[in-house]
Amino acid sequence: MLDHIDVRVRGAAVTGLIGPSGCGKTTLMRAIIGTQRITSGTALVLDRPAGDPTLRGEVGYASQEASVYDDLTVAQNIRYFAGAVGAPTTDIDRVIDQVDLRDVTDRLTGRLSGGQRSRVSLAVAMLGSPRLLVLDEPTVGLDPVLREDLWSLFARLTAEGTTLLVSSHVMQEAERCEDLLLLRNGRVLTQDAPSALMLRTGTHSMDAAFLRLISEEAAA
Amino acid sequence: MNPTVTLGTATRVLTQLRHDPRTIALLVLVPSALLIMLRYVFNSATVFSRVAPALLGFFPFLLMFLVTSITMLRERSSGTLERLLTTRMAKLDLLIGYALAFALVAVLQVALAVAVSIWLGLDLGGAVWALVLIALLDAVLGVALGLLASAFARTEFQALQFMPVVVLPQLLVCGLFEPRGDMADVLRWFSNVMPLSYAVESLQQVANLPSLDATYLRGALVLAGSVLAALGLAAATLRRRTA
Repeated sequence: MLDHIDVRVRGAAVTGLIGPSGCGKTTLMRAIIGTQRITSGTALVLDRPAGDPTLRGEVGYASQEASVYDDLTVAQNIRYFAGAVGAPTTDIDRVIDQVDLRDVTDRLTGRLSGGQRSRVSLAVAMLGSPRLLVLDEPTVGLDPVLREDLWSLFARLTAEGTTLLVSSHVMQEAERCEDLLLLRNGRVLTQDAPSALMLRTGTHSMDAAFLRLISEEAAA
Repeated sequence: MNPTVTLGTATRVLTQLRHDPRTIALLVLVPSALLIMLRYVFNSATVFSRVAPALLGFFPFLLMFLVTSITMLRERSSGTLERLLTTRMAKLDLLIGYALAFALVAVLQVALAVAVSIWLGLDLGGAVWALVLIALLDAVLGVALGLLASAFARTEFQALQFMPVVVLPQLLVCGLFEPRGDMADVLRWFSNVMPLSYAVESLQQVANLPSLDATYLRGALVLAGSVLAALGLAAATLRRRTA
């Protein structure tokens, strides 16, 4: 799936993992959280090998499809996972407010909209204030206002010292990241800050920059 | 392991069930309904008294196996299992939590089925509690095997088909249809290693004799041991890291 990945993710910043569907974003994320078996090479997370038992609780993960119980209410979901993570009970209210789900805490998660369900999943990932948050397409299906809210939340989290790795296949979102990893066919095309990338490719949008990089690679 | 987390899991599973009253009704009522039916299939309290004890062990075993294997499979396919395995939670916190939650449902199920059977004319030589205990252990064995079987199914459709594979052969050789001693050697050996055979022996012993003997005790111990073994194997199938 993935080949020749040699990258270092900046601490206390949002790194965007950008690339088309099927390019290996999820596999790379799962390797980092330690659920994906790595056949060769190493992944170090917070200076320890990925999947190390001491990392449990320090790494939060939200998969692309919301991994929560549809037949529990929002509050019941978050309360249960808080216990599993070992997060303080004060975290329950904190994360509900952070993802703006206060109004639907007593609704069954399965009855919520797709965007709301994925925010329940995101809230669960933030329980216990992990130092590294790995979020697979957290903004899919959100309206522009909510998307904006989430990006401000990500900025606040990094200001507090949290490291975020956020995947997306939407190029406009890439501009919100401090650093970018462009992935294609299981390989890293490039790693750079969005502005530097546009400057380097002489383009004015991330879409154009990505296309330019692909054609450069094909020519090389 | 952490008792708070284990109990948290049990509470969570029960809360999920509470949101699904139809499933609770089916779980609690179906064994009793089948026993009532059976009583009038035979149309004789004497024959009913002979087969009911074994079936009081079998129905909870069957239903709990089905419900648990599908619930656990959902846990796997929805991604919640993977998520739990990235936390500090111990695998047994999850499995024992499940076993506790369904055991509680089984208490209701078995209590009602035993009460209905006695009302239908089950002539019990021994103590009611001794019958209930074996039926409960059977239910918990169903839970433990269901948790284990879910590891080998990719879809709910497949999980359902493990029922005839895991449960029905045990029913055929447990001694209900034919004394185990009269079976072909191979089947007798097979029945000797199947936990349900021992459950049926214990249940028949409670039904026929006023006091508990070594056969009863052996059955209870075999069931408890099988539950622990199945839970241990199920824990081994939960992988924190997959390909």
